[in-house]
Amino acid sequence: MADAAAISGGQRAVFAAVSVACAALLIAALALGPVPLSVGAVLSALAGAEVEPAATILREIRAPRAVLAVVVGASLAIAGASLQGLLRNPLADPGLIGVTAGATVGAVGVIVLGDLLFAGLPDAVRPYLLPAAAFIGAAAATLFVFTLAKGAGAFSAVILILAGVAISALAGAFVGVMVYLSDDEQLRDLTFWTLGSLGGAQWTTVTIAALAAAPMWVFLFALARALDLFQIGERAAFHAGVAVERVKIGVAAAVALSVGAVTAVAGPIGFIGLIAPHIARMLVGPRHALILPCAAIIGATLTLAADLAVRMIAPPQEPPIGIATALIGGPFFLWLIATRAKATYA
Amino acid sequence: MKSIRAFLLALSLAVPSFAFADDGPRIVVAGGDLTEIVFALGRGDDVVGVDTTSGWPLEATTREQVGYMRRLSAEGVLSLTPDLLLVAPDAGPKSVLELIEKAGVEIATAPGDDGADGVADKIAFVSTALGATEAGEAAKKDYQLRLDGAREIASGDATGQRVLFVLSIRDGAPIVGGADTSANEMIREAGAVNAAADIDGYKPMNAEAIIAAAPDVILMTNAHADRLGGLDDVLDRPDISLTPAGRERRAVLMDALLLLGMGPRTPEAIVELSRGLSAKRDNDASEDG
Repeated sequence: MADAAAISGGQRAVFAAVSVACAALLIAALALGPVPLSVGAVLSALAGAEVEPAATILREIRAPRAVLAVVVGASLAIAGASLQGLLRNPLADPGLIGVTAGATVGAVGVIVLGDLLFAGLPDAVRPYLLPAAAFIGAAAATLFVFTLAKGAGAFSAVILILAGVAISALAGAFVGVMVYLSDDEQLRDLTFWTLGSLGGAQWTTVTIAALAAAPMWVFLFALARALDLFQIGERAAFHAGVAVERVKIGVAAAVALSVGAVTAVAGPIGFIGLIAPHIARMLVGPRHALILPCAAIIGATLTLAADLAVRMIAPPQEPPIGIATALIGGPFFLWLIATRAKATYA
Repeated sequence: MKSIRAFLLALSLAVPSFAFADDGPRIVVAGGDLTEIVFALGRGDDVVGVDTTSGWPLEATTREQVGYMRRLSAEGVLSLTPDLLLVAPDAGPKSVLELIEKAGVEIATAPGDDGADGVADKIAFVSTALGATEAGEAAKKDYQLRLDGAREIASGDATGQRVLFVLSIRDGAPIVGGADTSANEMIREAGAVNAAADIDGYKPMNAEAIIAAAPDVILMTNAHADRLGGLDDVLDRPDISLTPAGRERRAVLMDALLLLGMGPRTPEAIVELSRGLSAKRDNDASEDG
C-alpha cells in the first residue's frame, strides 16, 4: 500500500492536459461571447477600466458565469464520482438519490405559486426566492430519503436509491400538478428551468453556491481512500477499518448539499455528473484520490464548453445549457463506451 | 442576416458616427404588441431585434431574434448594441434586465395588459419611450376611434352566441381559452359569450364539459386548424360534433396574432370576429330557409 499515494508520470501528464484544457476554456469563456470585444478591451475591463459596455459584460456577465460554470461542473462531477464509488454503480448520478427532484419541486413551486404565496415579500428578496426554495427542496428530499435509508438500523444504500426513485416519481407528480395549474408564461418558465441555464449568474448567487459547494469537495476528497476500499465491498471496507456508516452518510449529505446548491442557482444540468467521472476513471485509473480531482476539472471543462456553445451558437438567442450537455455529452459518452469502456470495466 | 449585419458594421466603421445623428436609436423590443406599435408609429427602421412573440408586421420577423422574452440573454441583447430596450411587463429574467441596464442600455417597461382599452396606454408608452409623443397622440386617437367604431359594429352584430375558443387539440382533451385570456376578452368584445368562462386560463377541457357548455361556434386559429387537417376534422370530433357548433358546422378561423395580439390591429380583429360570428349565422339561416 506504500504506492497508494504515488502518482505516475502518465497520470501527471493527464492532469496537466485536463488542466490546460480547462484553463483554455476558462479564457475562452471570458474572451468570447455574442458581443465581440478586442483582447485589449477584455484585458483592460478585467484590470478594472470603467469602459461600458465592456466593463459590465466582462465583470458582471462573463466572469460570474465562468466561475459558476466551474463550480457547477466541479460539484456535479465530484458528486457523481463519489456516488458511483459509494454505490459501486457506474450509473449513479446525483439525480438518483432525489436531490434534483427535490430542487425541482422547490423551483417549480415558486415559479407557479410564487405570486400567490409570497405576494407580500419586498422586491429585493424575490430574486432569491427560487434558488432558496430549490435548495430547501433538495435538502428536504435528501433528509427524507436519508431517514428512510437509516430507518432499519444500518444505513442501506439500496433503500437510499429506492427512496430516491420514489421521491423523483412524487416530484414528477407535483410538477405535473404545477404544469396543469400554470399559465402559459409559467409553463414556459418552468420548462426552461428544468433545462438549466447559467444565464442568471450574478456574483451574489455564485458566491453563495461556491461557499456551499467548495467545503463539500474538500470533505469528499478526504474520503477518497474510504471510497477506494468500498470497491472491494462494504464488509471488506469495514474490516479494513473504514467507518462504513459514517462514510455512507457523509458522502450522501455532501452530495446533496453541493448538488442542491448548484442546482438552485443553475437549474438541473444533466450528464456532467454521469460522464465526467467516467472520463476521469478511464484516464487516471481506479483510485479516488485521482478520480475526484480529475473528474472535477473535467466537469468544469465540459460545463464551460457547453455554456460557451449555447452562448455562441445562435446569438442573440441563447438555448438552455441542458440541451448542450446532452447533445455533447450523449454522443461522446456513447463513443467512450464503444471504444474505451471494455478496457476500463471488463 | 449576417451579411446585412456585416454591411452595417462596415458602414458604421466607414462613416463618422455623427452622420447618423438624425437617425433614431437602435431599438430591441421584447413583446409582440409593442413591436406592432413601434412599426405602426413608423419607427420600424430603428428596430434591430425582436423576441419570438413579435410576428407582425412581417417585416419585424426579418430583425435579429433575441429569443423568448422571459428568457432573454444579457450578452445576446447587448450584442445588438441597442440604445433602447422596450419590454413587456413580464419580460425577464429581472437579473438579466438589470445587467443590460448596467451596461448602459435604457430599458422601458410597458404598462400591464388591460384588454383592448389597454392598447391605447401601450401606444402612449411606446411613443413616449421613442420621444415621438406627437405621432403617439395621433396614433392613440386613431386607435380609440377605430376601437369605438369596432365596438359599435360588434354591438350591432351582437349575437350573444356561445363561443368556444380552442387553442389546440392534439392528443387528449382540447385546450380551450377560459376566463382571464385574450381569447375571452375578444369574444366579449365581439358581443358573444365565452362558453368556457368557468375555466381559468388556457386549460384542457373535458369532452363532456364541452358538450355541456354547448358552444354555438368554435373559434380557432387558422394555423392550428391547418395542422389538424382542416376544420372538418375538428367539427367531426365526437365531443364537438355533439355541440350546437358541431351539429350546424359553425366555426370561425382567425390569424392567431391578429386575434390574440392585443395591439393596434385589435379593432380590426373585433370586427372580423363579430362579422365571422354573424355571417355564419346568416348563412345557416338561409340554408335552413
